[in-house]
Amino acid sequence: MSWFSNFLTSSIGRKVIMSLTGLFLITFLVIHLIGNLQLLNPDDGMSFNIYAYFMTHNPLIKTVSYLLYASILIHAVQGWMLWSKNRKARGGQRYAVKNTRAVGTNSFAASNMGWLGTIIFIFLVIHMYQFWLQMKLGNTPMVTYDGNEVKDLYTIVADAYSNIGYVIFYVVSMVVVAYHLLHGFQSAFQTLGLNHRKYTPFIKGVGLVYSILIPLGFAIIPLYMYFMMQ
Amino acid sequence: MSLDGKVPSGSLAEKWTRYRGTMNLVAPNNKRRIEVIVVGTGLAGASAAATLGELGYKVKCFTFHDSPRRAHSIAAQGGINAAKNYQNDGDSVYRLFYDTIKGGDYRSREANVHRLAEVSRNIIDQAVAQGVPFAREYGGLLANRSFGGVQVSRTFYARGQTGQQLLLGAYQSLSRQISLGNVEMYNRHEMMDVVMIDGKARGIIARNLLTGELQRHAGHCVVLATGGYGNVFYLSTNAMMSNTTAAWRATRKGAYMANPCFTQIHPTCIPQSGDYQSKLTLMSESLRNDGRVWVPRSKEDAKAIQEGRKTANDIPDADRYYYLEERYPAFGNLVPRDVASRAAKVACDDGLGVAPTGLAVYLDFASAIERYGKSAANSKGIHNPDAAMITKLGEAVVEEKYGNLFEMYEKITGENPYKMPMKIYPAVHYTMGGLWVDYNLETNIPGLFAIGECNFSDHGANRLGASALMQGLADGYFVLPYTIGQFLSHEIRTPMFDSNTAEFEAAEKAVQERLEGFMNVKGSQSVESFHRRLGKIMWEYCGMARNAEGLQKARTMIKELREEFYKDVFVPGGMNDYNPELEKAHRVADFIELGELMVVDALDRNESCGGHFREEYKTEEGEALRDDANYTYVSAWEYTGWDTDPVLHKEELTFENVELKTRSYK
Amino acid sequence: MKLTLKIWRQKSPKDKGRFETYQVEANPHMSFLEMLDVLNEELISKKEEPVAFEHDCREGICGTCGLVIDGQPHGPSQGTTTCQLHMRHYKDGDTIVIEPYRGSAFPVFKDLAVDRSAFDRIIQAGGYISVNTGQAQDGNAIPIEKEQSARAFDAAACIGCGACVAACPNASAMLFVSAKASHLALLPQGEVESKRRAQAMVKQMDLEGFGMCSNVTACEAECPKEISVENIARLNREFLSSTLGTEVKVG
Repeated sequence: MSWFSNFLTSSIGRKVIMSLTGLFLITFLVIHLIGNLQLLNPDDGMSFNIYAYFMTHNPLIKTVSYLLYASILIHAVQGWMLWSKNRKARGGQRYAVKNTRAVGTNSFAASNMGWLGTIIFIFLVIHMYQFWLQMKLGNTPMVTYDGNEVKDLYTIVADAYSNIGYVIFYVVSMVVVAYHLLHGFQSAFQTLGLNHRKYTPFIKGVGLVYSILIPLGFAIIPLYMYFMMQ
Repeated sequence: MSLDGKVPSGSLAEKWTRYRGTMNLVAPNNKRRIEVIVVGTGLAGASAAATLGELGYKVKCFTFHDSPRRAHSIAAQGGINAAKNYQNDGDSVYRLFYDTIKGGDYRSREANVHRLAEVSRNIIDQAVAQGVPFAREYGGLLANRSFGGVQVSRTFYARGQTGQQLLLGAYQSLSRQISLGNVEMYNRHEMMDVVMIDGKARGIIARNLLTGELQRHAGHCVVLATGGYGNVFYLSTNAMMSNTTAAWRATRKGAYMANPCFTQIHPTCIPQSGDYQSKLTLMSESLRNDGRVWVPRSKEDAKAIQEGRKTANDIPDADRYYYLEERYPAFGNLVPRDVASRAAKVACDDGLGVAPTGLAVYLDFASAIERYGKSAANSKGIHNPDAAMITKLGEAVVEEKYGNLFEMYEKITGENPYKMPMKIYPAVHYTMGGLWVDYNLETNIPGLFAIGECNFSDHGANRLGASALMQGLADGYFVLPYTIGQFLSHEIRTPMFDSNTAEFEAAEKAVQERLEGFMNVKGSQSVESFHRRLGKIMWEYCGMARNAEGLQKARTMIKELREEFYKDVFVPGGMNDYNPELEKAHRVADFIELGELMVVDALDRNESCGGHFREEYKTEEGEALRDDANYTYVSAWEYTGWDTDPVLHKEELTFENVELKTRSYK
Repeated sequence: MKLTLKIWRQKSPKDKGRFETYQVEANPHMSFLEMLDVLNEELISKKEEPVAFEHDCREGICGTCGLVIDGQPHGPSQGTTTCQLHMRHYKDGDTIVIEPYRGSAFPVFKDLAVDRSAFDRIIQAGGYISVNTGQAQDGNAIPIEKEQSARAFDAAACIGCGACVAACPNASAMLFVSAKASHLALLPQGEVESKRRAQAMVKQMDLEGFGMCSNVTACEAECPKEISVENIARLNREFLSSTLGTEVKVG
């Protein structure tokens, strides 16, 4: 396995791990968003609660979810390691004048991925604590549809989103996610070596649209629920 | 006293092949025990060190740069000649040989030049194999262009960065040998002296430029590949650190300096803009393929341009004097460098110059843009294109060919050369003179070799464009690695040298004292100011045109300058750390002494040939007038010290294969 | 024009270093380094030690010069080395901050001069084509597509100045390494050993203590030869395929 461990500890190998876990998380975001949009169904949360039940009971999805947790952790831990190594490579003495320019990517996002990622991680911890952990610990009220009793996750969510503080926190976090994706999306392809004069502009275009639409979709939900459903 | 160039016997075309086949060899097991010191990592040095390493010698290689890749070969733009005849335009080894001999105004050694033409072909193959991205045609085969002084297309090029790509090829080969342990590389180490033991060169004293430490390095022989001395003029196209110290230290140890007055003034450089200027920038000669050189026909127009009342575009075609095309119809804008430079000087001396200083001529691409534009329109199937379309298409073609040069011009001058003709003026570029070497590239000191621009060998009194890269690589890849065996085959019983001998000790002490000497003057003038003054003297009296009176005067001035230098120079900093001023000080001290020798040589040569133009010796039309009866020799100078006259040794040049003719490019 | 310069002065690698402020009278036609020459001449005339900075060809090709000027390696002009930067880009009264390259793999040894020998060691690790003198076949034996050759050239234009490392927030050397790896891999004669080369060069790069590429692209933005980050993708690709494919031995 020496070739494998060499690869994993090489600079490019580490980046490839970031890229692959990142791409996996990007894919997950779409599914997550589709699910969350059920919250907007005017059915008092039934479709959302059924969706949540399905997600927590389908064996395939359960397996994938462990992969997801692992990806998040690997992406975060590896990211912090890269961040710290890169700071060390930069050296103790910093530039007195900082002026980072970039080509074809957002230079603010590109040079602050560590900070952006850390904020997202904090968001995730809170997010998980608030919804996922509550659900797992069984502190959730139950609701019955067609004789099946399922956890009423909807009520928890609706509760949370009636608090303006949470709403603002979620929306701001989504802006951070947007920036993280703005660089991360195309960067993942570049790291895998997928750069082509013809197709890279397309990847960048999709990345731009994606990094705006997905966080926007997520952000709309609490806003909608706060302003329209009370 | 007459010198023997050790040219092997046999017919010209067979000399090298036969010699190579009968030369003494060193067996592989012995090579491992022989140490070769190579100083310099330009095209010649890097290629030689790499090749010697490949052959199995133990090589120690030195450069004063932070990396071997920085050597000034990197700045060569235009290309490299080779007698491949890929264009089927009548080129051959003989023609390249003949062009080089003729271009050099019949002051080079026939046998060396023929060998150069022969191996030129191998260089291209070698470079391609190393990954040098030469320009190619659509069919995937190598492209060529033509250069000054020849009528065939034999110049291979890599955009305007041929020197860079060739040097990187050699540098990469050298790097490979370093990684294999065959070459030990010493970056930031400057050679301060040659060490002689029993009359043979056996090592060097080097200075670590970061710590100031003096080091002794012993070897079975020493190869100098330390470039030319164009910076004796202060302003030249050479890099700021290019210097003569290694060659001059060898001269002071008894090596002969040959033809030092043969310096090449390149016709197409960006003119000087002020006194603060630190160097001049070359615009590749390849530009003369498409650029037309002109000045206004009338002094009034020239004056108006100089004073900024008119621009080039205000002068109608009829009032433009395309002096190269008119004076030399056969070669036109592609006359050799010396001819083009002198013609520019004549035009400016006549008051026709175009910059505020009056020291510039135009290099105009308008006709080329129009010609290319029309042909591009035609090939795109655009009929009756308008002028704007032609210009647009033409500019695109010109950009593809010379884009990086145009960009460089604009960066430096702030003017757009697509819209306004370039302003150019001649500048010192290359030195044909250098250490005297025989056919083996060995100096008169046994075991001391000189290759590349550092030696005097192949270019006579004038070098043709795209031949410097050819010679540097020929010497390094294909000549020295063989001929060095002629010396080393007698050294297989010589054990590795110990540097703890009296000779090394004495040499190190002398270097130490010399450097302390500079530090201890504690005068009031900077090293740079002396260099600038030396440059002015050399340019004024030993530049594009020389005469006996001026040269005499220059000699006196140089003597005074030297005296003042040792009395009043100020070197800041310390001896034991990184101190560029101290480096400059000893280099400038050497330049001053070499400058005097150049003047002495120019005074001795009572003729005009190639880059050496003595105003007393010219035809009625103002062309150079050679004196073959009295000066068909190489002047090899033995330096005997500052207070005595150098001794001239002549190597008579015999021409068995070409007839000496007056060079005519008309 | 009168300028205020804030220049990093550091006596030795161990010295802590600090900024010093100088006034200098420049002329718009001067190059940036000529402006520093003027300053140094003044310092020398006052018997002070001149500012150490590295430079050589002064025509933008040797790669020796490289200063960080107002936070940008080689200063504000696109595709320009420090030596090719001219004072006409500044105006009277400007203040210019001049710093050395920063990076653990590029230690400062005096004032504005840094040690870039790590680059040499990376090339020694594999940045070459293994061919001995005399082994070559005819130059026209392998036709190479013009476009392909041009792409190889674009990568080969690297001057090894290190601005990419200086510009990168991570001090990564990927643009330098990938430019050489791409130049050689794009040519049929160099493609032969491209896998081994990619592994060897990356290994050495990691050993030298450069940071890891996070595709910020500041390297391309500041590269005086405008070398593209698509070379980095190509190296990533070479590295991945050589990792996943048949094992290559790297010494």
